Amino acid sequence: MNLSRKWLTDYVDVSEVNNKDYCDRMTDTGSKVEGFTVLGEDIDNVVVGKITKISKHENSDHLQICMLDVGEGNDIQIVTGAQNVFEGAIVPVAKAPAKLPGGVVIKAGKLRGVESNGMLCSIAELNLTTHDMPTAIENGIFILNDLEESKDFVLGMDIKDALMLSDDVVEFEITPNRPDCLSVIGLARESAASFDKELKIPDPVVEKSADDDKIENYIKVDIKSQLCKRYSARVVKNIKIEESPLWLRMRLRASGVRPINNIVDITNYVMLEYGQPMHAFDYKCLDGSHIIVREASEGEEFKSLDDINHTLKAGMLVISDEKKAVALAGVMGGANSEITEDTKTVVFESANFNGTSVRVTSRALGMRTESSSRFEKGIDSENTIPAIERACQLVQMLGAGEVVNGIIDVYPSPKKAHIIKLDADRINAFLGTSIERAKMVEILTSLCFKVEGDDIYVPSYREDVEGMQDIAEEIARIYGYNEIETTNVVAALTQGERTPHQLYDVKVKDTLCAMGMYEINTFSFISPKYYDKICMPANDIRRKSVVISNPLGEDTSVMRTTSIPSMLEVLSKNNNLKNEEAMLFEVSTIYIPNEDASKLPDEPKQLVLGMYGGCDFYDMKGVICGLFDACGIKNYTIKAKSDNPTFHPGRCAEIYLNSDTCLGVFGEIHPAVSKNYSFGKRVYVAELDFEAMFEAHEAEAHYTPLPKFPALTRDFAFIVDESLEVGTIEAVIKKSGGNLLESVKLFDIYRGVQIGEGKKNVAFSVSLRASDRTLNDQEADNAVKKILKNLERELGITLRA
Amino acid sequence: MKETLLKIKAEALASLESSDANLEEIRIKYLGKKGELTSVLRMMGQLSPEERPIMGQMANEVRTEIEEKLSSLAEIKKAKELEAALVSEKIDVTVPGKVRRVGKLHPLTQVQRRMEDIFIGMGFSIAEGPEVEYDYYNFQALNIPENHPARDTQDTFYITENILLRSQTSPVQARVMEKTQPPIRIISPGRVYRSDEVDGSHSPLFHQLEGLVVDKGITMGNLRGMLETFAKTMFGEKTRIRFRPHHFPFTEPSAEVDVSCFVCGGKGCRLCKGEGWIEILGAGMVHPNVLRTCGIDPEVYSGFAFGMGIERITMCQYGIDDMRLLYENNIKFLEQF
Repeated sequence: MNLSRKWLTDYVDVSEVNNKDYCDRMTDTGSKVEGFTVLGEDIDNVVVGKITKISKHENSDHLQICMLDVGEGNDIQIVTGAQNVFEGAIVPVAKAPAKLPGGVVIKAGKLRGVESNGMLCSIAELNLTTHDMPTAIENGIFILNDLEESKDFVLGMDIKDALMLSDDVVEFEITPNRPDCLSVIGLARESAASFDKELKIPDPVVEKSADDDKIENYIKVDIKSQLCKRYSARVVKNIKIEESPLWLRMRLRASGVRPINNIVDITNYVMLEYGQPMHAFDYKCLDGSHIIVREASEGEEFKSLDDINHTLKAGMLVISDEKKAVALAGVMGGANSEITEDTKTVVFESANFNGTSVRVTSRALGMRTESSSRFEKGIDSENTIPAIERACQLVQMLGAGEVVNGIIDVYPSPKKAHIIKLDADRINAFLGTSIERAKMVEILTSLCFKVEGDDIYVPSYREDVEGMQDIAEEIARIYGYNEIETTNVVAALTQGERTPHQLYDVKVKDTLCAMGMYEINTFSFISPKYYDKICMPANDIRRKSVVISNPLGEDTSVMRTTSIPSMLEVLSKNNNLKNEEAMLFEVSTIYIPNEDASKLPDEPKQLVLGMYGGCDFYDMKGVICGLFDACGIKNYTIKAKSDNPTFHPGRCAEIYLNSDTCLGVFGEIHPAVSKNYSFGKRVYVAELDFEAMFEAHEAEAHYTPLPKFPALTRDFAFIVDESLEVGTIEAVIKKSGGNLLESVKLFDIYRGVQIGEGKKNVAFSVSLRASDRTLNDQEADNAVKKILKNLERELGITLRA
Repeated sequence: MKETLLKIKAEALASLESSDANLEEIRIKYLGKKGELTSVLRMMGQLSPEERPIMGQMANEVRTEIEEKLSSLAEIKKAKELEAALVSEKIDVTVPGKVRRVGKLHPLTQVQRRMEDIFIGMGFSIAEGPEVEYDYYNFQALNIPENHPARDTQDTFYITENILLRSQTSPVQARVMEKTQPPIRIISPGRVYRSDEVDGSHSPLFHQLEGLVVDKGITMGNLRGMLETFAKTMFGEKTRIRFRPHHFPFTEPSAEVDVSCFVCGGKGCRLCKGEGWIEILGAGMVHPNVLRTCGIDPEVYSGFAFGMGIERITMCQYGIDDMRLLYENNIKFLEQF
């Protein structure tokens, strides 16, 4: 809402308050100001002048030399290229040095050798349009003689005063609960209360017509839907459609509304002033002289006055005559009954429509208008009469037509007064204040609430005020939110702490950071094409995602069921940015659709790791094992996985807690996937089930007594087939070592010519220890013998000779 | 014999004075088993009983003197050798260290943790709830019925007619109130979704942290006190807060809350656009309709709620000028925090 402070002065005098103070105080009392504009401040030293003499420029075909009387005694000389000037023309004169909108500076100089001391201005040069100044032409000097108001102009007068260009416009951000503040009068009320000033809102007065013509001779109105709470109408005859006077046009301009013609401008003016949207019908277009407010039938056709055809749905509220819809109630009028140059009689509508209905209709048809945005917030049904009276008063002021006596006002169930009890103690207890009751009454009264005894009468336009809390807010915002003393909560102690699950999240993230991994943060929605990019099979269950019905675009249209694509996107972006290496992780949520689409999806967390550059499979495995060690996950096994299409078939593994519980998968991504992201290098990712990790982990540490007796170590090496996994050998050693075996450690793998093709040399170090005595060599050798025997029997491998 | 002892002493000390003296050789020559002093001592037996103690004492004195001189010289020599070794082992300390690189939490996580820790310290627990949420909890339970104009301020992603991506973390509050009777003291941090195109200051996905306190006798003054404590802990002891009346459907009274600019302290700078204040919070007293809907009697209990955008605070605190950086995850960006 753009408020003209000149207009505001009609209702409350806060003119001595400067813009900044005005805006600050209004914001402090609850009418948030976005900013203010000083209209006309970009125009300086432009005055009203009269061309006294025109002569030809000797060195030019198109330039003319004008002498101008600017009220200074001596005429000034200006060279102009415009052709529409004439002797006796009153024109805007930018006297050098002058300032014009857009940062233009006019200096004295010579044009083809002839002195020119300024410039004659067009409307565009004053930042005006032909809507603002209908008598002016676009390309040429603005001839002020054509303005009705020019008779009062004095030569030398500042153009900003002559054309009423100066105003201070305050831009308010009005919250949806205060539609009453989408009006000059509404903001005048707030201003009066905020600055403790007197508010003057006179009732509009319409002179009674001398003839005995009456509205009943013209129309009747029937409301046939509960969606219309009230319909008020008046008729104006002998209309003369013309432009509105300058003052009215300039007020509309300051408010950001384009002037059209006197009747349309009056409806807009009243909407801005009273907050009541109005409409004007051309009477001759109303078939049957009958206005019927009804709900549209399904498929009914309607052409709005912006010449767009709409197909209506059943239940949309329309204004119709006996044959056709003539307006979409509260949204827009119809092309069929629009005010035109030859409109002679108009019907003014000032009505109250159900906000939700207007909102649903305007959204369904994609038509948001100044009118609909007011109605949808729910406006005051008591306001239709003052608004329509104001419109008729303006008709008379402007001489736009003759107002026919009488009002039609259909108001099936008038609004009842809303009364709230004033309980000062409770309000103070709620706010934490000690405001005197008398002060509360004073504040409420300043906001136009009527207080009688303990009864607060809520103004009809304050439908947002329902109970004690709302009254408390009214008092607090004028009293000052910042005057409320800050106090500490005095209440039962509560223990603040993270849940075990939240603590685990902290632990996992901190551990990964300590291992050099950086945390990333990616969007939860992805493109369904991302599943193709990671070569997910067409029948994979994970392709069934939660789908957004109104996404911003395909790229963000489904909720991810795996976070691998998000990780790969980030890795790929970093690779493209030439970041040489990356080690990243994310604890991310995935969204698993519920089979019953009316129920919410499951939202488990995943831990995704990703890395490239200076690392290999075993770096990834090392991070995972290190993380598991730090985060209390023990006794897991790692098994090769060769059929996950996202991963390299020979470089992928799954982690099992037991045969049922898979904690996740990791490995090098498949060359096909790598190609989809144009990596050009080996990339490793892991996708771990955070929830399963949490379930599996042991949070508590337990102490095991430190060994009292020394350990003996034995190293041995085998030459084995390449296909034999180290893990298999290790498992046999562990199984065979008995209770003397403390640990098995692989310390070397060697491949080379002397070993032979398809073979590798693997070397282990075994640590043996007894808890109750020092082992002797004999015991250790016996244990090793048993291990070697089992290795030979089960795997057919023997000590390297 | 006395002369011999004195001569040995003078010779020994003199030879030790020379700069290239070989200490071990000198020790052997005089004090060794076959050394000169030892030889003299062997002749002690030939002395008279009267002379023996005198000469014995004298011989011991000479021995001690030579030994002391020897050992002090040995120490000096050792020190010199050590010094030489240290000089020869000098390394270039400006050669880069073998850095054990530690990774870093995403800046949003760092800021969120800091905020969580402050509220945990004030007795809050962290409540979580679904991101894919029922319309009921996201709107209706929060006093925003269907077709309410307030829905315009939060353009929402829908899954079905009744299921959406939560546009705020407030549905968690509704869920908690529905399940728990006061006293309630929770925060709910998390992801929220709004249908905004990505640009420097908008994102269709961002993070909020909301708080809720419900108990008997909770006042708006308490809300101001709680937020002031938070702001001072989060942004510095000198931070001030400012409340401006506003409207949220789920609180009454409602406020937007500014903190004094933590860069300029309120004088006005680029961060606060010369205002001296930065808007970071929305807050208010929980609307009685919301309490009632969640099964809490507004005649008995009152409460306050507040919410803030984690991205906004992160960007202000670190001076990040483009929100997209937070989701681009460029390592060169992540390394900086």
